[in-house]
Amino acid sequence: MGRSGWSRRSRAGAAAGLAVMATAAAGCNAPADGDGGSSSGVLQVVGQFEVHSLDPATAGGTFTRLQVAETLVDADVDGALQPGLAQDWEASADQRSWSFRLRPDAVFHDGTPVTPEHVAAALERARAGEGTPLAAVPWSSVRAQPDAVQVELTEPFAALPAVLAHTSTQVLAPSSYAPDGTVTEVVGSGPYRVERVEQPSVVDLVAAEQWSGKEPGVQRIHYQTVGRGEARALMAESGQADVTFGMDPVSLQRLTRADGLDIESATLPRAILLKTNAAHPTLRDVRVRQAISLALDREAMATALLRDPEMAATQLFPPSLPEWHQDTLAPLEHDPQAARDLLAGAGWTPGPGGTLTRDGAPLSLTLRTFPDRAELPVLATAVQAALEGIGIAVEVQVGNSSEIAAGHQDGTLELGLYARNYSLVPDPVVTLLEDFDADGDDYGAMGWDDPALTAALTDLTGGGIDDAGATAARQQVAQVLQAELPVIPVAWYRQSVVVSDRVDGVVLDPLERSFHLTDVRWAR
Amino acid sequence: MLRVLRQRLVQAVGVAVVVSTACFAIVQSLPGDIAYRIAAGRYGYDQVDAASAASVRAELGLDRPAWQQLLDWWADLVRLDLGTSLVTGASVAHELAVHLAGSLQLAAVALGTAFTLGAPAGLLAALRPGGRLDRLTSLWVTGSRALPPFLLGLVLVLVFSVHLGVLPAAGHGGASSIVLPALTLAAGLSGLFARVTRDTAVQVLSSEHVRFAETKGLRASTVLARHVARNTGVTLVAYLGVQAIVLVEGVVVVESLFAWPGLGHALVHAVFWRDVPALQATALALALLVVALNTIVDLATLALDPRPRSGRAAR
Repeated sequence: MGRSGWSRRSRAGAAAGLAVMATAAAGCNAPADGDGGSSSGVLQVVGQFEVHSLDPATAGGTFTRLQVAETLVDADVDGALQPGLAQDWEASADQRSWSFRLRPDAVFHDGTPVTPEHVAAALERARAGEGTPLAAVPWSSVRAQPDAVQVELTEPFAALPAVLAHTSTQVLAPSSYAPDGTVTEVVGSGPYRVERVEQPSVVDLVAAEQWSGKEPGVQRIHYQTVGRGEARALMAESGQADVTFGMDPVSLQRLTRADGLDIESATLPRAILLKTNAAHPTLRDVRVRQAISLALDREAMATALLRDPEMAATQLFPPSLPEWHQDTLAPLEHDPQAARDLLAGAGWTPGPGGTLTRDGAPLSLTLRTFPDRAELPVLATAVQAALEGIGIAVEVQVGNSSEIAAGHQDGTLELGLYARNYSLVPDPVVTLLEDFDADGDDYGAMGWDDPALTAALTDLTGGGIDDAGATAARQQVAQVLQAELPVIPVAWYRQSVVVSDRVDGVVLDPLERSFHLTDVRWAR
Repeated sequence: MLRVLRQRLVQAVGVAVVVSTACFAIVQSLPGDIAYRIAAGRYGYDQVDAASAASVRAELGLDRPAWQQLLDWWADLVRLDLGTSLVTGASVAHELAVHLAGSLQLAAVALGTAFTLGAPAGLLAALRPGGRLDRLTSLWVTGSRALPPFLLGLVLVLVFSVHLGVLPAAGHGGASSIVLPALTLAAGLSGLFARVTRDTAVQVLSSEHVRFAETKGLRASTVLARHVARNTGVTLVAYLGVQAIVLVEGVVVVESLFAWPGLGHALVHAVFWRDVPALQATALALALLVVALNTIVDLATLALDPRPRSGRAAR
């Protein structure tokens, strides 16, 4: 009929229209050049942590890692302290007065020289806020001297230089601050200058002309935050990223087979722990804590979930903390039968459904953890299964990271699974003193204390003991923690970075303080 | 038309008050200590502790009665002041603008692509129901809807980034970074558009007025442009509006897969951190966006379809 007549013609017309529209759409979406890879001369760096803030206290170390801002003291990849903004430092004989002499050629990226007044102001600002280990320092005052910064303490504190390497003490130029004290831009004194920040995901950097130290090997850097591990892996694999941090175990296994990529790894001074509430009627008994530890097949968990059997913890301190890791310590074992015997000794008898009971009450505990580190929820379920095997019923609650701290404060926490970084400052004793002193801490002991351990830690921070004494004190700390298990070590951490073969010189910092991008060079 | 705008304006004010108040009430009733959540967002999980939570509580006056906090928020809203984020300390209006722009950009390109691919295919399929093209579109619809976006996204990345190396795998920056996330969204949508266009067009084609137009001897292309396309458009525009809302609000998976900063991402973070001003502003923006899109759809439908204008639709 007539119908088929028009439909033939109109089909041709519509097809032409479709072609036009498709072309137009393609035009809108046309890929512009310069996005991927090193062809543009910009080093493409991809990481996992978002740029929430510009403020030193809350920026999560982004701008010290990117070498934009400097701290008075720096540290190398072994944790040894190095000059930063301070070229050297010394303490008075009584260790209460410290003088940090500034590098004379230090200049902010806006051209103003870094003066002792700027540094003193930055330290005062950091101290007034939260989220800084400065809170642990017995601080009296800070004063600007002609070419140095003078810090007075109320009592000796040997770890002061290590604390002044923490990112919260970074020194920014006055032009970084708005009149009300908020940070509006990051004007530092490091080898790289911020060109553009697009919160929460992008920072563009360019080599700072004011920098008088070693010339960076790469002039321009594009740092991008990508939340998902799979996406980061694909960016590395496709060549879009030159340097990719934060690889999950599964992606890493796949990338080892990819062409044109190298993988650098380092064991971190970080451990995954099961915190126990030692004031809890059940967990107060050290035999219950030991039974929990014996129930954990750490090697299986590390192999299956972290894809890295060597990360099974045998003690709290990983080998990456050589001064604290004790080779002589008997390793934590997996022995479910011994665990059951310990629980029987503590008065727990088999009840209905396989859960142990005592005085008619079942042995059931809640375990809180959080998903900020992807392996924590899966490890929590592995812990749950292991404890079920010895008759302990565990309810896993995956929530916000603050639930553990909040539960510590209101006393409702029973078990908490988290990762603790013992090198928040390069000297672990600062974090350990916080975590294991007599009052315990949100991410340390709860309802537990050991006077000998506290004394050993206090001796170590006071600095009044010789090397042999310090070694003995550290040994004692490790032994007490291993026997008493206020926190039960589960695994250690290995961090990896995927590096394209377009670049050389990538160094992975186990302390996670710096990306060391100044050492990166284009491969020839 | 003015009547429509006036109605929608009243609706927008009502929605703003209800949504922001509901948000406030919901956040207050969520489990967990708000101060701790905010401190976790600010200082990260290594540094959140009782001291940082206490300082957050004091700084933000979180221990004031809830009604006082709500009154403050209303007062700010009247002044069109969205406040500053409790976590990042940045202006909420600025953060919202960045995320809203990201979401709108992605939604617009995805919708445009889906419409460009789907509508003509549907129209062509409708010309011969049951024909080869019709069956092909059905296959496309089923296939594209059966693939979840994250899987499709990964496949596209594997093909275009890893193997062909022509497009960036993820990230936000440069014109080419939008192609893969937009295509991921558009692929699923284009099938739906083809289907809806096809069904509507078949219905219109078999209607009496089209047959009459053919009978009176109009050229096929004139019938298509003047009668079929326009009548199909009324349904399609409404459908487009619904999909636009779904896209802007519901693309969290695609946003996170491609590290694309959008409202979904912002909303999830704001809830997780109890960042009340950011949460309220984001929810408010989403609610107002629904009103705005509905208004645009109403106006476009009015322009396309004369019947409601003259009130003859009822008869």
